[in-house]
Amino acid sequence: MKILVAGSGKVGSEIVEKLSAEGHELTIIDNDTDVLESIMENYDVIGVRGNAASLDVLEEAGARDTDLLIAVTDMDEVNLLACMTARSINEDIKTIARIRNPDYRSQAVRMRSLFGLDMSINPEENAAVEIKRLLQYPGFLNIDTFARGNAEIVTLRIDENSQLKNVKLNDLDHIVHTTVLVALVERGGRCIIPDGDFVLQENDRIHVTASTNNLSVLLRNLGILTRRVKDVLIAGGSTIGYYLARELEDTGIRATIIEKKPSRCNELATLLPKARIILGDASSQQFLESENLGSFDALITLTGLDELNIVISLFGQACGVPTIITKMSHAENNRMLDSLPIGSVISSKEMISSTIVRYVRSIQNTKGAALTVHMFGNGTAEAIEFDVDDETRHCGEELKDIHVKHGVLIAGITRGLETEIPSGSSRFLPGDTLVIVAGSDLKIRELNDIFED
Amino acid sequence: MNYRMILRIIGYILFMEAFLMLPGAVIGWFDGEPDVVRAYMISIAIILVVGALFTWTGRNARKGFYAREGFVTTGMSWLVMSALGCLPFWISRQIPSYVDCMFEMVSGFTTTGSSILSNVEGLSRGLLYWRSFSHWVGGMGVLVFLMAIVPLSGKNGGFTLHILRAESPGPSVGKMVPRMKKTALILYLIYTGLTVIDFILLHLAGMPVFDAFCHAVGTAGTGGFGVRNDSLAGYSPAAQTITTVFMFLFGVNFSCYYLILLKRFKDVFRDEELRTYLLIIFASIAVISLNIRGLYGSLGEAIHHAAFQVGTVMSTTGFATADFDLWPALSKSIMLILMLGGACAGSTGGGLKIARFVLMLKALRRNIHENLHPTEVRRVKMNGQGVDEKVLANLHGYLIAYVGILIISFLIISLDGFSMETNISAVFATFNNIGPGFGAVGPTMNYYAYSNLSKIVMIFNMLAGRLEIMPMLVLFSRTTWRTK
Repeated sequence: MKILVAGSGKVGSEIVEKLSAEGHELTIIDNDTDVLESIMENYDVIGVRGNAASLDVLEEAGARDTDLLIAVTDMDEVNLLACMTARSINEDIKTIARIRNPDYRSQAVRMRSLFGLDMSINPEENAAVEIKRLLQYPGFLNIDTFARGNAEIVTLRIDENSQLKNVKLNDLDHIVHTTVLVALVERGGRCIIPDGDFVLQENDRIHVTASTNNLSVLLRNLGILTRRVKDVLIAGGSTIGYYLARELEDTGIRATIIEKKPSRCNELATLLPKARIILGDASSQQFLESENLGSFDALITLTGLDELNIVISLFGQACGVPTIITKMSHAENNRMLDSLPIGSVISSKEMISSTIVRYVRSIQNTKGAALTVHMFGNGTAEAIEFDVDDETRHCGEELKDIHVKHGVLIAGITRGLETEIPSGSSRFLPGDTLVIVAGSDLKIRELNDIFED
Repeated sequence: MNYRMILRIIGYILFMEAFLMLPGAVIGWFDGEPDVVRAYMISIAIILVVGALFTWTGRNARKGFYAREGFVTTGMSWLVMSALGCLPFWISRQIPSYVDCMFEMVSGFTTTGSSILSNVEGLSRGLLYWRSFSHWVGGMGVLVFLMAIVPLSGKNGGFTLHILRAESPGPSVGKMVPRMKKTALILYLIYTGLTVIDFILLHLAGMPVFDAFCHAVGTAGTGGFGVRNDSLAGYSPAAQTITTVFMFLFGVNFSCYYLILLKRFKDVFRDEELRTYLLIIFASIAVISLNIRGLYGSLGEAIHHAAFQVGTVMSTTGFATADFDLWPALSKSIMLILMLGGACAGSTGGGLKIARFVLMLKALRRNIHENLHPTEVRRVKMNGQGVDEKVLANLHGYLIAYVGILIISFLIISLDGFSMETNISAVFATFNNIGPGFGAVGPTMNYYAYSNLSKIVMIFNMLAGRLEIMPMLVLFSRTTWRTK
């Protein structure tokens, strides 16, 4: 598919990386020659220099016969104008625009029809929603939802004191006393789809599928605290911080935002009547101690600097804050992070690129496309959700009789509201939803791709 | 340095070379020349073994591949390809000296067309095939061809750009479509298409199939190896005219043809390089025709020969229908200057490239202007777009290297005691991938008489000229091989 990406900043290059690996023909528009140069040296793409909203530039980039425009420059207005301009020369083009200014939030739906957008994305708001979800299940590093919220893949890190350390997967049931499935293990930067004899080690990140109802059982049996989060400290009054505080307003969780710019504090105080806004420097330990950091149930670091976020999170850990969430913009897949107790790592660009990859796959094959795609381990493995339909092969057969490709795992079968963690005697039927975990290199695009025959 | 990946790529190239050689053996078999068949079989076996060894060594290559690897891969693969590709000539003993074989092969791959053979017709057809076909292989670039058929790009897919840049001629090389594989395919489709048309037309104009094939691939790569001692002089005027036209066509930037395929004619005619190219062609033909008017029977004949010779030098092909060494001084001087200029960037031709020439003049004009108005800010533009200052800086570096190599090579080959005109034109003709020069290396002569040292210098010049200097210089730079 021919795809235009306008803007190659953090989100833009992440999208380019994922879509290029999927084999699409990508053209990148950016104002900065150096940025274009480096992206062309790293990926098999072509670059056009210029303003993405200019008709001439769009023409030169071949917008006339392009299937999809993804406008992710750092200006919402340019993104909107680029989509509108592209539509005017190519009626069939699909458009995705990033709109992240909170001022436009309430008119997002109206703008979609006004500017002919097929999708608008707001990375900051997505990140805020994700953080909110993590706060509702403290203890997990990451939660990905499938089957309309009825199945989940949660991420846990095996630390020094974990009960799961050095446990064989076949013996897992005796410890957690509930049905869960370890679908994927990240070890030393690699993704492994484990079998029953696999032994878990310290510092592994394990991705576990479970039905939503089993999650709290799992947490309790693993001895992970599940005290409800009531008081949250947000370090940094960025856009994500604002969206998060808003999301938390009607959940009963009380948000405290620390921001060092007085003008931003004033803005936030106007916009967020329920939240506590504190003027101060979150990087100062003294200040954090004076605000009694240890008494909060959760610490979320959302400043603009990754390093600062890590340091504050480490300090929070030292003060005994039970749940810590760290936002990273650059090095979110750095292996060094695995050994640091900085809690969950949130990266808005990764979530956005997953969303876009899913969208691109769905317009590519309208029938049998993935409902959800989540990527793990820097995109080397993914969890994909498919509907089982009449064309799916091997319906009604027991799983142990079906030969799936090496490196593919059926991680969950959802029927109605019930999610079953599959065993050898499980079977799927038309109408069910399946969660598949597979290496990204297998290029699973529809459900039938998973079968060996 | 990612040696394994480099070896793997060179291994692939050797497999390809062995495959492309096969028809030579088949022709030798048809002509009943067991020596030629045996020479090919031994060469192919050696190439396959070396290729297998290289790919086996590189089987677990890392993915990391950057500009440095791109240059080294290009330089090394051309060297290895030539060193092994010349084996059939050597094993068959039809060219006894290995240095001569290497010279002939490099001259083929780099589309130079300088020969050490005084009697081309004495070579077997099986070997003539490989000699001419090497022009076609080298013209568009072997690595570009490799990228069209082998999925080289893995995770770090952009690295193919480094190879394209190192192998394709021109000051600023880019892709035409997002995917490298598709870009390479488009280039080769245009290239093959034009070659086939040329072949059919030449055959219709009375050339035998084998001759038409050799001349078509020789023209396409802008090489210049013929199959007869008098090059094209003995063929019909129609065949000569067809060759003239196609020499000019293959000297044009291939992205122009892609734009024509896309029906973007306006962009094609607005291309400054193409316009300059056409202007130089017509101006030189006009002046030379008038200058040599007296040597030929009619003005028409003078134009015919002037056009052919201008085409052969500008596109850096090197065929001949007339001995321009006998022309008046003005015409000879124009020819010498045209040798420098060369063809368009992104074509199969060699030389400095018209684009560089245009950029140079514009940069010079700006420089003069800046001296007079120090505060005024000006931008060098090409086709209405501002040219990146980095491109201009590279251009300056390129020019210095270009002149430096010219001077040093000139000094070294002057040891052999030929006339100054011969030596200068020999360096020009090999470095710019043209073929024949003046005097003792004129269109009717050859390079056999030079010493081995001079031939090695010229081998280097041909490779440096074809690969635009950097990939060859990089091979001899200490920083390239330093591990830390």
